[in-house]
Amino acid sequence: MTDMTDLSYVRTTEAEAKPAPVSTTGFIGWMRRNLFSSIPNTILTLIGIWLAYSIFAPLINFAFVHAVWTGDNRDACLAQNVGREVGACWPYVEAYFPQFIYGRYPVEERYRVDIVYLLFALLIVPMLIPSVPAKRLNGLLLLVAFPIVAFFLLVGGVFGLPVVETSQWGGLLVTLVIAVTGITASLPIGILLALGRRSDMPIVRLLSIIFIEFWRGVPLITVLFMASVMLPLFLPEGVTFDKLMRVLIGVTLFSSAYMAEVVRGGLQAIPKGQYEGAQALGLRFWQMMRLIILPQALKLVIPGIVGTFIGLFKDTTLVLIVGMFDLLGQVQSSFTDPTWASPSQSHTGYLFAAAIFWVFCFGMSRYSLFMEKKLHTGHKR
Amino acid sequence: MAVQEQDLVGKPPRASLVNDPKVRGLFYQVVLVAAVVFLGWEIVHNTIVNLEKRNISSGFDFLSITAGFGIIQSVIDYSETASYGRALMVGVYNTIIVAFVGIILATIIGFIVGVARLSNNWVISKLAYCYIEIVRNIPLLLQIFFWYFAALRAVPDAREEPLSLFGVVFLNIGGLWAPKPIFESGSSIVVAALIAGIVIAFIVKRWAHKRQMATGEQFPVFWTAFGLIIGLPVIAYLVTGMPISLEHPEFVNEGPILRRGFQIGIGTNVIPEFIALLLALSVYTASFIAEIVRAGIQAVSHGQTEAAHALGIRHGPTLRLVIIPQAMRVIIPPLTSQYLNLTKNSSLAVAIAYPDLVSVGGTVLNQTGQAIEVIGIWMLVYLSLSLATSAFMNWYNQRMALVER
Repeated sequence: MTDMTDLSYVRTTEAEAKPAPVSTTGFIGWMRRNLFSSIPNTILTLIGIWLAYSIFAPLINFAFVHAVWTGDNRDACLAQNVGREVGACWPYVEAYFPQFIYGRYPVEERYRVDIVYLLFALLIVPMLIPSVPAKRLNGLLLLVAFPIVAFFLLVGGVFGLPVVETSQWGGLLVTLVIAVTGITASLPIGILLALGRRSDMPIVRLLSIIFIEFWRGVPLITVLFMASVMLPLFLPEGVTFDKLMRVLIGVTLFSSAYMAEVVRGGLQAIPKGQYEGAQALGLRFWQMMRLIILPQALKLVIPGIVGTFIGLFKDTTLVLIVGMFDLLGQVQSSFTDPTWASPSQSHTGYLFAAAIFWVFCFGMSRYSLFMEKKLHTGHKR
Repeated sequence: MAVQEQDLVGKPPRASLVNDPKVRGLFYQVVLVAAVVFLGWEIVHNTIVNLEKRNISSGFDFLSITAGFGIIQSVIDYSETASYGRALMVGVYNTIIVAFVGIILATIIGFIVGVARLSNNWVISKLAYCYIEIVRNIPLLLQIFFWYFAALRAVPDAREEPLSLFGVVFLNIGGLWAPKPIFESGSSIVVAALIAGIVIAFIVKRWAHKRQMATGEQFPVFWTAFGLIIGLPVIAYLVTGMPISLEHPEFVNEGPILRRGFQIGIGTNVIPEFIALLLALSVYTASFIAEIVRAGIQAVSHGQTEAAHALGIRHGPTLRLVIIPQAMRVIIPPLTSQYLNLTKNSSLAVAIAYPDLVSVGGTVLNQTGQAIEVIGIWMLVYLSLSLATSAFMNWYNQRMALVER
C-alpha cells in the first residue's frame, strides 16, 4: 500500500468543461447540421443555391441593377440608347403612376379619391390594432358612415361636387372599391345563408344549399358575364344599373356563397351547450345568435374571412375581361401607348402590378396569422 | 300537488299561435317561397319582355347554325363550316384537357414543394417558402399575362433558330414543337400489350395482398408491375417489327422566307396559349396544394413515426405505410376544392384567347346574341364538371377514410 502523498498529482477541483467542437456550434455547426449533414443533403443544398441564384439573380438584375431610373419617353429605355442591357423601365411606371392609382378620374377631382383613401386608412388602421379602444364606434364609422361618405365623395353630385361617371374610375381605386364593397356586403348575406343552411326549416335549408352550391360551382368570369350581359335583361324597363354596380352585384353574390361556407364552419365549431345555455336563459333566436353564437363563431373564422377577402382582392382583376379597368387592366391598357413602347415595358408593368398585389395580399395573410395567434383562446386546444 | 301535475300532463299550456315554433316556421317558409316565386316570375317576365323588344328569339336552335370562325386547337374534327354546337363542344374538350393536365401537374409540383417545405435542409425549405408566399399572393390573371405576354414572347421568332431541349423538343413563338408518334399497322398489338400489362399488374397486386394477409410473405409487387407495364409493350413492339415511329418537327432554315421555320402539320405543335395557361394554372394552384400537403403531413403526430421505427420499420416504408395514408385523410378534402378551383380558373383562358368553353362561348355570344343560352351552357358545364370532380374525390376520400372498428 502506498501512501496517498506519493501520487504526484491529485486534482482537487473539477475540470472545466471544454468548449464544444467548433464544427458543432455557431454558424459552422448550424451549416453542418442543416445544410451538409449527409451527401444527399449537400447535393440538395447545392441544387437549392443554384435554383435560388438562377431565379433571384435575374430578377434583382432586372429590377435594380440594369434598371433605368430616369427619362421622359421610350428613348431612355432602349438598349441602343443606354448602351447596355436594359432591365426595368421605371420612368414609365412613374409617368403612369397616377393612372394606375386613379384611372381616368379627372385630375382636378383626384383630391376626392385621396380623401377617401385617407379616411379609409384612418378608420381601418385603429380597427386592426387590437389595443386601440372604441372598437364599436370605430366599426360603426367604418361600416356605416364611411361607405356613405365615400360614395358621395367618389360619385359626386352633392355639395357642388361635379359628378364623376364610374366609367372614368380605374386602377387601384376600382380594385379597392370592388374588393371592399364585395366583402362588406357579402359578410351579412353570407351569415344569413350560413344560418339558413343550418336551419331546421327544410325549405329555407334547401334554398340556401341551392344558392350556395350554385355560386360556388361556377367560375367568377361567367358570373361577371352574367352580371354585365344578363342582368339588364332581368330588370324591368327603365331600371338600369351602371357597369360598376352590376359587377358589384355579381361579385357580392359570388363571394357571399364562399363567405357562407366559411361562417358555417365557425357555426359548426360552436358546442351545442352554447345554444342550449342561451335558450335556457330565455334568449330569442336572433338574441342568441347576436349575443352568444355569432361572436364566438366569427372569431373562430377570422382567418377564413381574411382568406376569402384575399381571394376576392385577387379576383377583382377579372373585371378587365368585362371591360373595366382595375389596376391590372390599367397596366395592360398602358402597353398600347407608343410613348413608352420598349421591350421591357410589359415586364416592368407586370412587375409593378405584381408587387402592389403582393404587398396587399401578403400583408393581409400575415395580419390574419397574427390575429389567429392572438385570438387563440377557449375552444382550440 | 298530484292534482296540479295531472293538470299539467293532461292539458298542456296553450301558447298563442304566434309563439308556436312550428307555425312560425311554416309561416316564414311560405313567405320565403312566395318571395322566391315572385322574384323568379318577375325575372322571367322582364326577360321575355326585354327579349321581345330587342328581337332576340330564345331557344337552342342557334346551336345547329354554321359557326364560321376558326379554332386554333381542337381534338375533334372542326372547321369553319361546323355548327355552333360543335364549336362549343370543342371548347368543352379544351377546358377538360387543360384542367386535367393542369391538375396532374399542379399535384406533382404541389407535393414536391410541400415536402420541400418540411425539409430539414434550410435552403430547400426556405426556397419552398418563398415559392409559396410569392406565387399565391399574386393574382392568377396577372400570372397568365406574365407567362403569355412576357415569358413566351421572349422566345425566338417563328423563323429564327428555336430553343431546343435535347434536340427533340423545340420552343419558339409558335409554341412547343415535339415529335408525333405515328401508329402503323400492328401498333394495336402494342397498345393491347400495354393494357394487358396493366391488367395483369392489378391481378398480381391483389394476389400478393391476399397472400401477405394469409401468410405474411411479401412479394415484390412494384418491380413486377413495372416489368409488366413497361416490359410487355416493349416486347410486343420489338416482336411486331417496331410499328410505332416518331415524326420529328421539321425546321426549314433556307429557301423562300415565308416557307422558313417549322412546317405546319409535321410533328406535334402545342400552342403558346395552352402552355401559358397550363403553366400559370399549375404553378398557382401548386402553391396552395403545397400548403395543404405541409399541413397534412404535420397533422400526423410524431408518435406515429416513432412507433413505426420502434416496430423496426425502416424509413421508406414508414413514410409509405404509416405517414402518407394518415396525411392523405387530412389532405384530400381541401385538395378536392383546389382541383375544383383549378377547373373553374381555367375559364381565365378567355383573357389570352385559348379556345376553352368560355372563350368559344364568348365568340358565339357575340355572333348570335344568345346571351342567356350561352351563359346557361357555361354554368351547366362548369356545375357538372364540379359535381363530377367532387363526386370522384368523395369516392376516393371514402376509400381512404379512417375505418373505425
